[in-house]
Amino acid sequence: MATTDSAAAAHDDHDHKPHGFWNRWLTTTNHKDIGTLYLVFSCIMFFIGGSFAMLIRAELFRPGLQFLDPALFNTMTTMHALVMIFGAIMPAFVGLANWMIPLQIGAPDMALPRMNNFSFWILPFAFTLLLSTLFVPGGAPAGGWTMYPPLVLQTGNALPLMIFAVHLMGASSILGAINVIVTIMNMRAPGMTLLRMPLFVWTWLITAYLLIAAMPVLAGAVTMLLTDHFFGTSFFNAAGGGDPVMFQHIFWFFGHPEVYIMILPAFGIISEIIPTFSGKPLFGYDAMVYATASIAFLSFIVWAHHMFTVGMPLSSELFFMLSTMLISIPTGVKVFNWSTTMWRGSVSFEPPMLWALAFLFLFSIGGFSGLMLAIAPADFQYQDTYFVVAHFHYVLVTGAIFAIMGAVYYWLPKWTGHMYNMALAKWHFWLSVVFVNVLFFPQHFLGLAGMPRRVPDYATQFTDWNMVSSIGGFGFGLSQLLFPYLIWQCSRGGIKATGQVWESARGLEWELPSPAPYHSWAEAPSMATLAHGAPSHEVDS
Amino acid sequence: MITRMLSLRHTALAGLALWLLAPTAQAAWTLNMTPGISAMSREIYSLHMLMFWWCVGIAIVVFGFMIYSMVHFRKSKGAVADQYFLHSNRIEIIWTLVPVLILISMAVPAARVLVLTEDPVATELSIRVTGYQWKWGYEYLDTGVTVVSTLSRDSNRARQLGSGIDPYSVPNYLLSVDHPLVVPAGVKVRVLITAQDVIHSWWVPALAIKKDAIPGFINEAWFDIDADKTGTYRGQCSELCGRDHGFMPIVLEVKSKADFDLWLKAQRDALKQPAATTASATTTTPTG
Repeated sequence: MATTDSAAAAHDDHDHKPHGFWNRWLTTTNHKDIGTLYLVFSCIMFFIGGSFAMLIRAELFRPGLQFLDPALFNTMTTMHALVMIFGAIMPAFVGLANWMIPLQIGAPDMALPRMNNFSFWILPFAFTLLLSTLFVPGGAPAGGWTMYPPLVLQTGNALPLMIFAVHLMGASSILGAINVIVTIMNMRAPGMTLLRMPLFVWTWLITAYLLIAAMPVLAGAVTMLLTDHFFGTSFFNAAGGGDPVMFQHIFWFFGHPEVYIMILPAFGIISEIIPTFSGKPLFGYDAMVYATASIAFLSFIVWAHHMFTVGMPLSSELFFMLSTMLISIPTGVKVFNWSTTMWRGSVSFEPPMLWALAFLFLFSIGGFSGLMLAIAPADFQYQDTYFVVAHFHYVLVTGAIFAIMGAVYYWLPKWTGHMYNMALAKWHFWLSVVFVNVLFFPQHFLGLAGMPRRVPDYATQFTDWNMVSSIGGFGFGLSQLLFPYLIWQCSRGGIKATGQVWESARGLEWELPSPAPYHSWAEAPSMATLAHGAPSHEVDS
Repeated sequence: MITRMLSLRHTALAGLALWLLAPTAQAAWTLNMTPGISAMSREIYSLHMLMFWWCVGIAIVVFGFMIYSMVHFRKSKGAVADQYFLHSNRIEIIWTLVPVLILISMAVPAARVLVLTEDPVATELSIRVTGYQWKWGYEYLDTGVTVVSTLSRDSNRARQLGSGIDPYSVPNYLLSVDHPLVVPAGVKVRVLITAQDVIHSWWVPALAIKKDAIPGFINEAWFDIDADKTGTYRGQCSELCGRDHGFMPIVLEVKSKADFDLWLKAQRDALKQPAATTASATTTTPTG
């Protein structure tokens, strides 16, 4: 280990970082710089999308309209979803993939570095287009992120801007996915067989295939919207012989794999963090890989559970109900394996572990409500209510976002070379975990009591829980301001991090010094000679 | 005399029970789903509760295991990790198969209820429901009677941005309409749901019916309200349909079969009189 450290440190002195701000960041082909760009971009979008959510919760604080016109309210729900899904969560995972996959598999960089630069720099243009719709005549998109026709075709000048923005985001995701697959398939260090890869790499490999399969479907759907609106086609127009429900089938054929695109990398992150802070390798590694693959397969045959109320034949409803219920089996296997990793372990509670444990509990709650939603007859009552809103925020906020937070706290010392402020990080965690439950748990009650989603105003019996939820929302939103401050502080200095950072961390990335040198693994590591290089699930003796 | 006293006591007891139950019933309404007013809605409510208790049970076992592992094997207590407890095919098979059995026990009742919901035969009355931006139209098929149902005037005034009207001062704020949908209790009714402009969704929680109203499509649903459940029940559009999606409620006025027949006859008679006012085709009693 010592020799690796000093050799890399010597290399660090002439690491050929490009000089000058624009030269460094605009034209970079370095996977670490591009990873950083993705993560910073994602953080900015997280706060823009979050500010939309704050407006929504302010309006819903009490009955009656106080701040937003109903049309503007609909714009806020639509833009909140689009920005959070395509701007915050997906780019955050791509940023983590860029940073960590080459480090974890012992590759010097991503396989296609120039395409990597391109796939990032598409995103600022996509979101400039999308956010510019807030200022165009006719208002920004307000038909929901699901863009169902015929409603979405009532959008004003913003419609083509939104569609082109979605095309750009899709192109960026597809390019990123190709890069991940080519890198993992071709650039693993000698000796790292597929079934020795860290779980984060595995989940990203599977996610990348989902992206390549799903994003073109979305592109097709929005292109048909475009031609319906501007070129007189009738794909979704019943009056012209089209079918508005067909859009929903196509959209959710993309949309359900998309849900797993946003959670599989999170599974990978949790599978890295829990073993490290349990002091022993992941329990049931092979089962975890197969469970991930099963979830990915099932994600393509469950889409219509988003549309149980659309009036499908009985046989379709039965099929989609049963296939959806099946998903809980591989997901259960994952939760059980994570829990059993802690069993007979040596569990410590550093910030990354706190986020991972919160994920374990709260994502499971999202799983329970998901199982309830799978039951088609009961879904007739849940569909399009706040029960659904509570469900998908439990899986996306306390699932995906909490995993991303955990990942940043896990790998930040490796990126900056400094330990961060542990006390402040724990404050950030505890404030978040308390407020997020105050924010989303009462929404289960609201939904069951009969409050529909996407409404700017509500009947007076819904007031109490909406007030509680809004207070939780403001608390959660404000707590997140600690996060960029903490990262900024850590990037400026602090206690010097060791190469391994965490006592029981295993894997190639911990073999490198902290911060990871600008060019790492120029020479592929040999799996046999490394102190901590054995994959996280194998015991090195 | 004794019987009178007994009946008085009964009345008092019933009153007490009602007074005791009323607040809890209301509290339950804000926390949980309504059991509704038909056999079907109670089936769906039971299914919901069955799923809920399964989830609570599983949560107690799984969360209990997690908490025990976290607390019992914590490093600060001096726990040393067992580096050889890493996989077990037997355990993996057990926690794959046990959930399969649980899922089967859920799927059987769920499939049974699902089949029941798709059984709109032998209905005595058909009503066409049409969604518009942003109101509902109802047509009693083969009678010529139509009802157009829009948000009541006082709710509509109060809900304007910066109206200054306290929503609490408006009875049934956002859940009242000018002309409700009148339906009979104890009769199997078929609703045919469609839309004129964009997709809406017709949802009455008390009936456990939510069906999308889609232009160019006619969706079918049915309900059979208990004969004793007359009264007023409220729902809302539940598919985003534009600016005023939140302001097109559904109000159901359930009458006894006899009262309903009288009402329908009055509506038909009104239709026959050409001198009738513009509001003649609809009920003239706004419900609060």
